[in-house]
Amino acid sequence: MTENVWILGIHMTPFGKRADKDVLDLAAEAALAALKDAGVTMRDMQVMGYGNLRGQTSGQSLQKQIGQTGIPSYNVSNACATGSTAMRAVMMSIKSGESDMGIAVGVEKLYGAGLLTGNDVGSGPETWTPKGRNGAIKNLDGYIGTSGMAGLFAQIGMAYNNSDPRANFELFARISEKSHSHSTLNPNAAYQNKMSLEQIMNDPMIAYPHTRSMCSANCDGAAAAVLVSESKLRTLSLEQQRRAVKISASVLASDPWTEAAQEFPDVSTVTRNAAIKAYELAGVGPQDMNLVELHDCFAAAELVHYDNLQLCEPGGAIDFFNSGATWRDGKTPVNVSGGLQSKGHPIAATGIANIWEVATHLRNEAGPRQIEGAKVGMAHVIGLGSSCTVHILEKSSL
Amino acid sequence: MPIPIVNYLALEPQPHLVAQQCTACKAKVFGRHNACPNCFALDFTEVDVPTTGVLKTFTIVHHDAKGVPVPYCAAVIDCGGMTVMGNIIGVDPDPEIITRGMEVQLKTYSLGNDAEGVEAIGFGFEPV
Ligand SMILES: CC(C)(COP(=O)(O)OP(=O)(O)OC[C@H]1O[C@@H](n2cnc3c(N)ncnc32)[C@H](O)[C@@H]1OP(=O)(O)O)[C@@H](O)C(=O)NCCC(=O)NCCS
Ligand SMILES: [Zn+2]
Repeated sequence: MTENVWILGIHMTPFGKRADKDVLDLAAEAALAALKDAGVTMRDMQVMGYGNLRGQTSGQSLQKQIGQTGIPSYNVSNACATGSTAMRAVMMSIKSGESDMGIAVGVEKLYGAGLLTGNDVGSGPETWTPKGRNGAIKNLDGYIGTSGMAGLFAQIGMAYNNSDPRANFELFARISEKSHSHSTLNPNAAYQNKMSLEQIMNDPMIAYPHTRSMCSANCDGAAAAVLVSESKLRTLSLEQQRRAVKISASVLASDPWTEAAQEFPDVSTVTRNAAIKAYELAGVGPQDMNLVELHDCFAAAELVHYDNLQLCEPGGAIDFFNSGATWRDGKTPVNVSGGLQSKGHPIAATGIANIWEVATHLRNEAGPRQIEGAKVGMAHVIGLGSSCTVHILEKSSL
Repeated sequence: MPIPIVNYLALEPQPHLVAQQCTACKAKVFGRHNACPNCFALDFTEVDVPTTGVLKTFTIVHHDAKGVPVPYCAAVIDCGGMTVMGNIIGVDPDPEIITRGMEVQLKTYSLGNDAEGVEAIGFGFEPV
């Protein structure tokens, strides 16, 4: 049996416009606060996992700001699953017995970034010259489908359950309405203002049926987690043991072969596979989840993941949402943080930030947005391309 | 000689798409592959993809990078079991007109001439 791994300390910075901080300031803010929360220092860390997709910083550059003890850093890049993959690198090191404590950090400055696939394609080539594996003579965005993510996820949502016509603009906007209502209770969210269904539907259209407030918000932020082995945890104070959060399952998967996915990204099979494995490892089922933070990078994505994570009957995500189950007072509260559409999505930070949200409820420290009596929760993240992490967390019984 | 927008668009004798089919497991993919992603075999043969299909899902893109003309309808089409990405053309990009389950047909159009006078040909799908 390998060691169980626990979260000893965890922190998420406020998300939003953090103009006064550079990437390393944000990473340091999260890391130092997670260490403080854990009651330890950099001296106790034996391994670091680090993720920053667009800032070109590394764990080593962070160590120069918060403590250089010579520990290894796994600098990872795994699209939107970067933060949770960094955390998993630390976890694997602890499980292997090479270390008994480590820290994972995810950070991004994304405020004002616009389209992450690029904001300008230029004027195009002078002469038609075939390039790449498809022999493309020009940028294909807008000519052979779209490479923009709002449009890709719109198509994923509109294809739900054999292209069910009920998976439509209004349904997706109602999912966003939930996000923008939940975020009013989250002081760390980038957008805390309530938005009505009408406001959401009348916002500028990005890629039908996604208006701007139905897209993940570009913002600045960081999150960090200090992990510890169970045997080490048992030597720490009772207070540390009581507040620690058990990682009952940690799964990382890539999209397997499916013929359809060669052309069009498949975020469903990979999520389904990861979730099945996570439930098996944790020995719990979807019905046991007191709260779920799932990767609602766009409103339509949330719908398909209800099904992929087995929170509803197969094919039943629309009825499930319509029943009110995923609102904070429902049977399976989903994205009580406000989700990526209102809490915001600083890409490499999100994987740890989702875990922070769930852990904070399990510790009964979520303030006005606390889900009462939360004992078990799930954090799910997707990186397009596609990677997926699923973590199942449990309240301490130590 | 006009040049196709991608190498999997064949212009002769009639415009159609060409897939690479794994000789071992019959899996089909577009574009050059080093090995079959399904069964890891190394050999492929070319097969023609049906030029008609069913529209599975779509989006209408209103906000894109500078230089990409908007709005346009991007879609996923099932052409005889092969999943194909392409734009819906020949109709307004309007969700009242474009519907899931609609039958569509491959159509080509000119992308214009380059500095050397070579014409490029694009493709999309038109409602039948
Ligand atoms: C939708 C998108 C194109 C909008 O970009 P933009 O036109 O540059 O807009 P901005 O981000 O500058 O936002 C302008 C205003 O819109 C509003 N706004 C933007 N996103 C919002 C959201 N999700 N919720 C509520 N309001 C929002 C805010 O009022 C904002 O004003 P502020 O900057 O003063 O706060 C961009 O946010 C986007 O592409 N998001 C997806 C990012 C992505 O792909 N992430 C990875 C997912 S897998
Ligand atoms: Zn094969």
